[in-house]
Amino acid sequence: MKRYDAIVIGAGHNGLTAAAYLARAGKSVVVLERRPVIGGAAVSEELYPGFTYSSCSYVSSLMRPEIMRGLDLPRYGLQIIPYEGILTILPDGDYLASYSDPDLTRRENLRHSKRDAEAFGRFSLEVLRQCRFIKPMLLMTPPDPTSFKLDDIRGLIWMGRKFADLSERQMYDVMRFWTMSCADFLDEYFESEAVKGQLAGSSIIGTALGPRSPGSAYILLHHYMGEVDGDIGAWGYARGGMGAISRALAGAAQAHDCEIRTEAEVSQIIVKGGKAVGVALADGEEVYGTAIVSNLDPKRTFLKLMPLEHLDDTFIDQVRNFKIRGSSGKLNIALDGWPEFIAKPPIPAPLYSSIQIHRTLDDLERAYDDWKNGMWSRHPYLDIVIPSGLDPTMAPPGKHYMSVFVQYVPPKLKDGPWDDAKRSAFADTVIDTLAEICPNIRDLILHMQVRSPWDLENEVGLTEGNIFQGELTLDQLMFNRPFPGYAQYRGPLRRLYMCGSCTHPGGGVMGAPGANAAREILKDFKRRILR
Amino acid sequence: MSEAITSDFLMKTPFHARTAPLCLSGKWGRWAGYSSVDCFYSVTEEYFAVRTAASLFDMSPMIKYRVTGRDAARFVNRLITRDIGACPPGHGLYVCWCDGDGKLIEDGTVFRLAENDFQINTAEHNFCWFEDTALGLDVTIADVSEEFAALALQGPLSRLVLERLGLTGIEAMPYFGLAWFTLDEAPLLVSRTGFTGDLGYELWIEPGRAEMLWDRLMAAGKDYRLTPIGAAALEMVRIEAGLIEIGFDYIGAEAALRESRKRSPYELGLGWLVDLKKSYFVGKRALAEEKRRGGPRWRLVGLEIEGNKPAIESFIYRGRTEVGHVTSAMWSPTLKKNIAIAVLEAPYATPKADLWAEIWHPRELEIRKINAPCRVVRRPFYDPPRRKA
Repeated sequence: MKRYDAIVIGAGHNGLTAAAYLARAGKSVVVLERRPVIGGAAVSEELYPGFTYSSCSYVSSLMRPEIMRGLDLPRYGLQIIPYEGILTILPDGDYLASYSDPDLTRRENLRHSKRDAEAFGRFSLEVLRQCRFIKPMLLMTPPDPTSFKLDDIRGLIWMGRKFADLSERQMYDVMRFWTMSCADFLDEYFESEAVKGQLAGSSIIGTALGPRSPGSAYILLHHYMGEVDGDIGAWGYARGGMGAISRALAGAAQAHDCEIRTEAEVSQIIVKGGKAVGVALADGEEVYGTAIVSNLDPKRTFLKLMPLEHLDDTFIDQVRNFKIRGSSGKLNIALDGWPEFIAKPPIPAPLYSSIQIHRTLDDLERAYDDWKNGMWSRHPYLDIVIPSGLDPTMAPPGKHYMSVFVQYVPPKLKDGPWDDAKRSAFADTVIDTLAEICPNIRDLILHMQVRSPWDLENEVGLTEGNIFQGELTLDQLMFNRPFPGYAQYRGPLRRLYMCGSCTHPGGGVMGAPGANAAREILKDFKRRILR
Repeated sequence: MSEAITSDFLMKTPFHARTAPLCLSGKWGRWAGYSSVDCFYSVTEEYFAVRTAASLFDMSPMIKYRVTGRDAARFVNRLITRDIGACPPGHGLYVCWCDGDGKLIEDGTVFRLAENDFQINTAEHNFCWFEDTALGLDVTIADVSEEFAALALQGPLSRLVLERLGLTGIEAMPYFGLAWFTLDEAPLLVSRTGFTGDLGYELWIEPGRAEMLWDRLMAAGKDYRLTPIGAAALEMVRIEAGLIEIGFDYIGAEAALRESRKRSPYELGLGWLVDLKKSYFVGKRALAEEKRRGGPRWRLVGLEIEGNKPAIESFIYRGRTEVGHVTSAMWSPTLKKNIAIAVLEAPYATPKADLWAEIWHPRELEIRKINAPCRVVRRPFYDPPRRKA
């Protein structure tokens, strides 16, 4: 029977990234995917004829350019098309657009506040400073501050040096930034609700925190630290949908003879002699390998696939306490034509930007309150994109694909489990909200896919439907991600590794966790810990 | 669907209807969100018009603030490093302002229109900074950029043009003086200021009367070779005049991403603008401390370089050690010298230092490296007596 050098459980983008790096290093690798499609939450699906849905993740910025280059992803079909910025539509038909051109953005902000027009520059500079500080840490294994190993000490010294390079005031700012709330951070710069509301969106997407929760400022940074062609903070569409990223990663892996098997559900990790040695599939097949690499979130890996008798109680507690709260839902809509918005910016921003419905910080906090009460937000935050505007391959000519990301949506409702009736009521809330800024939306809908966090958990396998595979708060970042003591991609058993977004540096279609995990696994091969 | 970008992407200045038909070169640039002519026909022709006759430059995109109120003078004195007491009403002052660490935010001009009525002219937006500085003071700060169209009339014959225009008393106007006139019933503010280092004036009028002013000036200047000029020619004369420009010779403290790029006035040769004897101003403590420690690490200097190849973006060496870099450089047609403004480490910012510039010069698509000896010289490089006379 064939024994692989590495078995990757789950063909999410991080699993595929890890597999590609391992295969490229000459290892024999197999990726086992439960679903018929690869990509996890980075997928393109044709759920209505002629339309391509980026049915989960929908825009790209965080995917590390080092990985795109390193794995030669453009050669396997990856193209990222940058878009302009954000168009916030206010209830009265006014709007606030942000453009790639700073003069235009300034003039736009000026219509809302004299101070904010200028403060926007100050704010962007500060966020850029924070990004510059964190960026080099994305593709490094977080050093463990409690360890005396050479690698850890070296890593800590490097981080200390980096910190020492900052000015005194910047050091304070870094520490403040990582712990403060997004609302407090924005209040330091801005006075206009439109400006604050627009920027606050980035601090709540995907997280079960409100804009006034401490730690939410970091979420904003997490959405800003990506780049498109060196333009930090810019976002774009993967041509052909987010599945194009997964397909390119798979292409890169397969070019080095990596096997990718779909409809191959892993039901258990096989442990022998205290080591992970293989996996058992749902159909009874057993696959053996040297390194067992899980792309799944820790709750699934350790509470569902791992026979619990191999784990000690302290570790199980850590897994159970891991915060992975679902907070967002999504509508994927096939449109019969171009949706008309009530705002008419001089530059056709709906085509070039993501679109938000205006929400004040207070609105967002109220929306979060609904979530806490076990309800989807009655006045949700919507992040709308129409990828077919810049990428005509996403829909038939004259028709459009619209992705509507919805925050906040709980995985468990207070009045019982998610069902078709609730899903439909949820969709009504979203469409009603959407109709406030896009009156002809109902007439255009050809098909609609509605996804609650519950659906995300059951289809894609993200526990509670958390898009980041675990909250991005300081207690679960860096050497704390996913848990203290296990932040270097190695699990509690020998030969068991983690490579999903639950590991450093976290969620988003970034690829960095997968690349970092592969690097650690290859290190263990080299040290003959794995053989 | 497929909507095109149809809006006015860049704004047009009040003189656009006059300048656009004259812009034969098709060379336009961007300035503070406006379309701005880079060169009308020939940079050389425009350059020589400034130095030998008279030139007209549309400086409307410049950012202007009006500061009024009981505490306006106190505000300005808290903002700038110079003493505003030295500037009576009806006069202007070249000034700079710093952040709390004594790092330069910008340099610009202040016009004292009345005891407590000021106009501050800047290249960058400063509204937030000014408002923050005004905290607790009884002042109103307004961005009046779009309330004035502005032209720079510069050159040795500029005074004759204004005399011909009928501005009586213009010959008596002192350097950095201000005067009000009425032209075709429109109030016209004239300041004897400029960015050319030559005799010259700046004219400020309401935007609705901008084309009238342009037409009247062009008619008055007909016999004096009054020539519209673009930003390229202005860039040449401002380097000759040794004037520094934000974004080229330094990065403003509010715009600097890297802490190490911020500069103090002492580093930029603006020490003469810092009055440590006057009452508190923003950055005073830090600047006093910097002076006490013997000055900062860097110095902005003028360089004369051998040969005739402009030392654009060159590194400056002493022996084999890199000691600085050029921020602005040109061949000066008036001085017949190869000049540059450069930032050097303080110990080498002296005429005695034995320096050389590494110049990469393209020659028919092939880039040649030239090591040209250079020496530190006084700025301004060119300073005709008529500038202040």
